[in-house]
Amino acid sequence: MDCTEVITGIKNIFPGFYALSATQAYADEIHIKLRREIFKDTCLALHKVFSSPVAVLFASDERKDAAKFVVNCAFVNLRRGQWVIISTDIPQDAPYFDSLARNIHSVSLFEREVWEMFGLEPKGNPDLRRLRLHDEVCPKGNYPLRKDFHKIQPGDLEDYKFCRVEGLGVFEVPVGPVHAGIIGPGHFRFSVAGEPIINLETRFGFTHRGVEKLFEGRSCFDALQLAECVSGDACFAHSLAFSQAIEKISGVSISKQAAYLRAIFLELERMYNHVNDIGGMAVDVGFSFPSAYASVIKEAILQLNDKLTASRYLKQVNTVGGVLKGLDGAKKNMLRTSFKSIKRDFDELINILYSSVSFMDRVDTTGALRRKTAEGLGVVGLVARSSGVPADLREYFSGVYKEARFKMATEESGDVLARLKVRVAEFKESSRLVEEFTGKLLESQEINIHPELKGGSALGYAEGWRGPVLYWLETDAEGLIQRCKIVDSSFLNWQGLSYAVLGNIIPDFPLCNKSFNLSYSGGDL
Amino acid sequence: MLLMLKNRILKGLFSRHIEPDLTAKIDRLGLPAGQAGLELKSLIQNKFRRSLHIRHLDSGSCGACESEIISANNPIYDLQRFGVNFTASPRHADALLVTGPVSKNMLIALKKTYDSMPEPKFVITCGDCALDGGPFKGSYYIEGAVKNILPVALHIPGCPPSPLAIIQALLMLLREKE
Repeated sequence: MDCTEVITGIKNIFPGFYALSATQAYADEIHIKLRREIFKDTCLALHKVFSSPVAVLFASDERKDAAKFVVNCAFVNLRRGQWVIISTDIPQDAPYFDSLARNIHSVSLFEREVWEMFGLEPKGNPDLRRLRLHDEVCPKGNYPLRKDFHKIQPGDLEDYKFCRVEGLGVFEVPVGPVHAGIIGPGHFRFSVAGEPIINLETRFGFTHRGVEKLFEGRSCFDALQLAECVSGDACFAHSLAFSQAIEKISGVSISKQAAYLRAIFLELERMYNHVNDIGGMAVDVGFSFPSAYASVIKEAILQLNDKLTASRYLKQVNTVGGVLKGLDGAKKNMLRTSFKSIKRDFDELINILYSSVSFMDRVDTTGALRRKTAEGLGVVGLVARSSGVPADLREYFSGVYKEARFKMATEESGDVLARLKVRVAEFKESSRLVEEFTGKLLESQEINIHPELKGGSALGYAEGWRGPVLYWLETDAEGLIQRCKIVDSSFLNWQGLSYAVLGNIIPDFPLCNKSFNLSYSGGDL
Repeated sequence: MLLMLKNRILKGLFSRHIEPDLTAKIDRLGLPAGQAGLELKSLIQNKFRRSLHIRHLDSGSCGACESEIISANNPIYDLQRFGVNFTASPRHADALLVTGPVSKNMLIALKKTYDSMPEPKFVITCGDCALDGGPFKGSYYIEGAVKNILPVALHIPGCPPSPLAIIQALLMLLREKE
């Protein structure tokens, strides 16, 4: 779909549409600039045209050069493998824009983020509580992502207002931020009547480290290392999305060999995480043998990673322009041998789980997230696929996956069992893909080209094991980063969890939580 | 019972498709006589009456350190065989294991967790972030360096430290404490 088709599509639904400019910035990215007054209606129209949730809504501060803020809203057209980014200027003396939250729920968290970080008010958003800067710690009026912000200014502190359910016999169970296990910090507040949960209020931000601000002013190679530390169990997906954005800006296309290697490492990351989660689900129903079994498989994959790349978590493997570590003949053999036993053990693990009646009883119909809810919330990635939403960037965007006839895994029921089944199917598909890509590697080809950095902006994306990881980057002429917007799939999927647990009992919460296994640090940034 | 424990330490549980000399490596841990695993165990037995209980606290880490701490508890490294246990409550803990660069939002929780631990207690930091903020140094929302907030007895370096490094560091600490 080129620009004109997109514009015709919008005009069919919203006749008053008028673009200030519309450009095909890259083969898979269209940028449309328009006036603030029609921003809302255009977004609503695009939402219908592509039947896409808002992939990301974010702002940037251009007050120094142009006395304005810019708000961007990105939609994805999966069928055509294309992103459309709508942007509008917000004058600095009237810092507000029309909220979309009442019409598109998936945008509401992004709007709160823009309000909290830039002080741009989404007019009409019913919930403007802050997500990451806690009222008990950081006074109101601090907008960290504004360019003139450097340090938190002192001021009045407040308490956070939780949503409360009131009524006879309703009680609250607060949990966190420090949990019983070895896990990240988050606060969960259950409202319970009798046994079933009737509301789950989540509060995050405990791992907020100001990552997006830290990116600003860094060179891309320096920033790549930071990208690997955003979410520790998805290092490779983050560094991949980051480097793709830089590569798009610089107009570089990586070699085929590098594309295969990236796919191999991305799938290895998916495999060790999926098997870890499968083990986690077993341990959360008190079934410790398979969980120990799964942790041995995970360790085998981590050690394989270590042998192939000298990093258990695939850090410093990816770079802008390709990959740093290739696979020679010996390593390929090592990979094949390890995979034989890994696959055998995985089949055994699944056998143990599927043949246990009490385990299946616990996971079946537990924590169901229905498709309609999932679509309304804009849930993405593995969780969406388990609820029957066919969304996987590998299926729609990537060349090497198409070549390997990638098969997307989806389930309809949206419960813990569905998420387990999708993980099992994806693990198997990933191991097939890794072996297929390994067979296609040619040793002669270059795996790393050194790109010449340019200024510009682009969206980088990768389907990590949880779901899509998006990096919007803006660089100046010297290649220094001016703005970096990161979306980890956890950010959107946390709200899926608060709906999935409704009607379940609190003892099933750890199981539901593990079946989502979202990243605290990826969501909090 | 003692014989069983001894066998487990000497043999290790798993040998399949895992680095064959890994178990030996864990037991050796840089000592000449191949006694390190046993030494760690005996230290814990003498010093902590067979059980060193650790409470883990994530102060804003990316999750990789957590993953490696969990790995140190898997059947291959099996930290528990040395008498080291991870506890669910700070009230049962001898040591606090802190990961992450201390986000401002976690400062209160960090202090409260430490305060609710019984004496004697000590703090271990794990990963580069916990030492000085690591890659997040200079951020507006980082308190940085756990050692400026709590007295730290030991730091385990790495990003993330491998399970082997975690076990090794614990051993060193206990040796010093003697």
